[in-house]
Order: sequence, then C-alpha cells, then structure tokens
Amino acid sequence: MTINPKKCVACGNCTYVCPMGAIYIDPVIKRATINRTECVECYACYNGLSQEHLNPTIVRTMRKVFQKLRLRFDPEPDICPTAAFEPDELTWPRVVRRAFSDPRVPHESTGIEGRGTEEVKTNDVSDRVMVGEVGFTIEFGRPGVGVWFRDIQKACWTLAKAGVTFEKKNPITSLMSDVPTGTIKADVMGEKLMSAIIEIKVPVARTEEIVRLVWAIEKDVDTVVVLGVGTRCDEQGEENVVAPILERLGYTLHRAKTNTGLGRITNIAKDKSNESVSVGAAK
Amino acid sequence: MTNTLHRFGDAESFSDDYIVFAIASRGKNDEGALEKLQRFLKMAIPFGPVNLGDARHGGSLRPCKDMHPTSHWNRDTKPDFEAVVNGFDHITTAAAVFDSRVAAEDFFKAVKEADMGLSVNISTSVDGAEQCCHVAGIPRHSVGYSLGFEGKTEKLPNTQVLLLSTMCGHGMVANSLAKKMIDWVKEGRRTPEQAASYLQRFCSCGVFNPSRAKRILEDARGSSK
Repeated sequence: MTINPKKCVACGNCTYVCPMGAIYIDPVIKRATINRTECVECYACYNGLSQEHLNPTIVRTMRKVFQKLRLRFDPEPDICPTAAFEPDELTWPRVVRRAFSDPRVPHESTGIEGRGTEEVKTNDVSDRVMVGEVGFTIEFGRPGVGVWFRDIQKACWTLAKAGVTFEKKNPITSLMSDVPTGTIKADVMGEKLMSAIIEIKVPVARTEEIVRLVWAIEKDVDTVVVLGVGTRCDEQGEENVVAPILERLGYTLHRAKTNTGLGRITNIAKDKSNESVSVGAAK
Repeated sequence: MTNTLHRFGDAESFSDDYIVFAIASRGKNDEGALEKLQRFLKMAIPFGPVNLGDARHGGSLRPCKDMHPTSHWNRDTKPDFEAVVNGFDHITTAAAVFDSRVAAEDFFKAVKEADMGLSVNISTSVDGAEQCCHVAGIPRHSVGYSLGFEGKTEKLPNTQVLLLSTMCGHGMVANSLAKKMIDWVKEGRRTPEQAASYLQRFCSCGVFNPSRAKRILEDARGSSK
C-alpha cells in the first residue's frame, strides 16, 4: 500500500485505523507515511476508510486557516478526505502478506477467503473431524499483534517433531517445502502477517499433550497465540470428552462455534472424496 | 478461519451476541447454494438482526467510496439489510448477528424448518448455542471451543479495547481505533451508537455486533465517571 504524498493532507485519521500501527505522520514531509516493514498489506486503510475526493490544496489551506484561528475541525474519524491510498502491485514474496492479512482475498491453496482454513463448521457434510479426533487451530498474531513467518516456522518445526499431521488444505501447509519436517519456504521468512493458523488433527488421547506443546511454543515466539479446539458431539449432542480435558488444564470454556448439524449432501453428483473445501470465507 | 470464535469476554458478555451463519461446502452442497444463502439472509430480517453480511461484500453498514463533504454533519448510521440481500452474488459465508437469545433461537428454528441443507453454525457462549439447539430440538453435531489469548499477552491492549476490536476476528478493527472511540465517547465527542457505527464499517464480513459495541462503550463511559 502507498499513500500518495500529493494527495495526503496529514489529517491523521489513517494512523488510528491501521491494525499494525504502521502508518505515521512523517514530520519531515508532513504527510502520512507507511512503515513497509510493519505493514501487512491487510488493506484495512484502503477498504475500511470511506473516501471523499476533496482538493488537497484547498483542504491544506483550510487547515492552516483553522490553525491560525485556534479552531479544530472535528471530522468523521473513518474518512480519507482526499482518497490518498493507492494499492501497490505486490510481487513474491511480499504478496503472501496480503494473502494472510486481507480477509477479502481468497487463499490460492484453499480458495477460501479470511485466513483460509476450515475446522468444524462444515463438519456435518465433510467429516473433517471424526469421532475420537480433535482438530486444533493454532493461530499466531491474533488479535492485532501480527506475526513473522520466522515465528511460525519455529512452531511448525516443534509440532512436526512431535509427529503431528498438518492439515493439507491449509495456507501454511501449502507454503511448506517439506511437510514432514514442517519446513516452510525460506524466501517468506522475512514477511509479516496479520495472523496465520496452523491446523492439525490428532486422536483425543493426545489433546493434553498438544496443549502443553503449544504452551512451550508460546515461550519461544514473539507474539500472541489463540487456540481453537474442535471435536464431535455424541448422538445426543453432548460433548463430555474434550471439554473435561481442557477444563482440567485450567481453561474456562466461555465461547464456542457450534455446528448444528443441519448440513447435508445435496449435490446431484455427489463427491465421493472425503476432502471438502468450504466455498467462500471461513468464519 | 475462526473469525467469530475468538471474541474477548466471558460467557456473560456474550448474552447479547449470537451469530448464526450458513456455509456451503464445495462438491457437497454448493449446487444452488447462492439462492439458498440469499434466502438465509432474507429470512433473518424479520427476526431483527443487528447486523447481516457476507464475507465478500461486508455487512449492513459499509464504507462509502464517494462521500459528500456534508456527510460529516449528516452521517447515516442505519443498517441496510436489503442491500446485503440484494448484493449477495457470490457463494460465500452468510451471517446474521442478533443481540437477543430469543431472536436467535426463533431464527434458527425457522432455518431448521426451511431445511436448505446448508451447514449452519452458531457462534456465541457454549451454553447459548446449546440452548438454541435444544429449543430447535436438534442435537449439536460438532463444537469448536475458543481457549482465549495466550503467549505474549503483554502486547495486548486493555480489556475494554479488546472487547471491541476482537469483534472482527480478521483484525480489521484496529485496537487504536477502538481506543480512540472509547476516548471520544468518554469526552462526549460522539455517542456510543455513533462510535459503534465507525467500528462496524471496518468489519469486512458483517459479523461485528454494533449493539454489543454500544453497550461496551456505554460501560466504558460509565466506568470513567
């Protein structure tokens, strides 16, 4: 992303809307400027700010007059008055920043928008997580902290050494040059993302082991982590297997996403494969 | 993705936060899904959602790319549900957000009766979703628990900010903007409703809950007195 200095009037609205805090007013040029190292190309500025198309010269003149009179204009905080944001043509490897950060861009590996992952929300038609299994989503960088690929690499190596299987249809897995060892392509190591999710699936018996492994990983990475744990309910809709394990580990289960089981295979030419991909963004 | 899953707060704080969303799976139930998902969105309107949206176009309150300068004094903060339904032109996730358990339950019952074959999920407190299924008379199929934020949590902002910003799981609602809105409400520069509407426009898939945001901003204003 770029801010056109000919258009920017340094109103400062965009400095607050950047989730990574990568936009600042450069005191030398007196324009909003993007720190390209910290920018994750999420497009929150470009997509989220409403735009006016005011003449920059007139706006700057008005601001100077107001300043002389000690008056403050109190504009709407979610507007770029001169539509100064201009997307760059992103190339490899920087393009992965946007793929993992802009929720409107589908991941090439999965065709899914958002963070490009699945978990249990289509489990009623996909059987992605079967009875006796637990699906983990281990998300790094959320909320609002961001994560460098080098930290994700550390986590993947640790998980691979523990013998877990990485979910095939996952954007992180798709960037691995060697999946069994969890090795990610070296040329993306210098890229920062809004957040990224490692997905693994293990037998229920390994639940505690994986949670403790993630706790160890957290000490080794310079960001925040959030764990999602997906599992099947029994025929009565009860889940009394995984929740007690998590509670024993000290978690209070406040929130969950519940698949209600209303989904069914309705396509005429039914897909015989067990690997489904949800269509569109994941929630 | 886990966009609606990892909202900050305890179970009590989700008593006004129910997201019911529908999704199709490629090769399984995506044939005719466009019309079904659109119908899902349309069905939600009579039940009084506080937001409605799809992952491609956004929610019921969206940024404007050609604003008139006078809009600063006359900003429209009313959600446009019909625009969400009519603009749904691509198979993607469709979501309806409610601030009332009863409304969510009633809508979910209607969805069940419509029997569209789409996967339907409820994102709220564990008990809240269980109750919705119980009222509709169906057993839960699967559940995905959120275990909360861990690791270098010293990098996170205060809890009031997190309550607001985590309502967009994609991170489009910046912590700094959430803090700015809390400050503006405390200073009396904007009402909680106005501040919530600014935040809502940044959520790109329509799952931000403006009613809960308004309540959180009112609480924040009250706590500063």
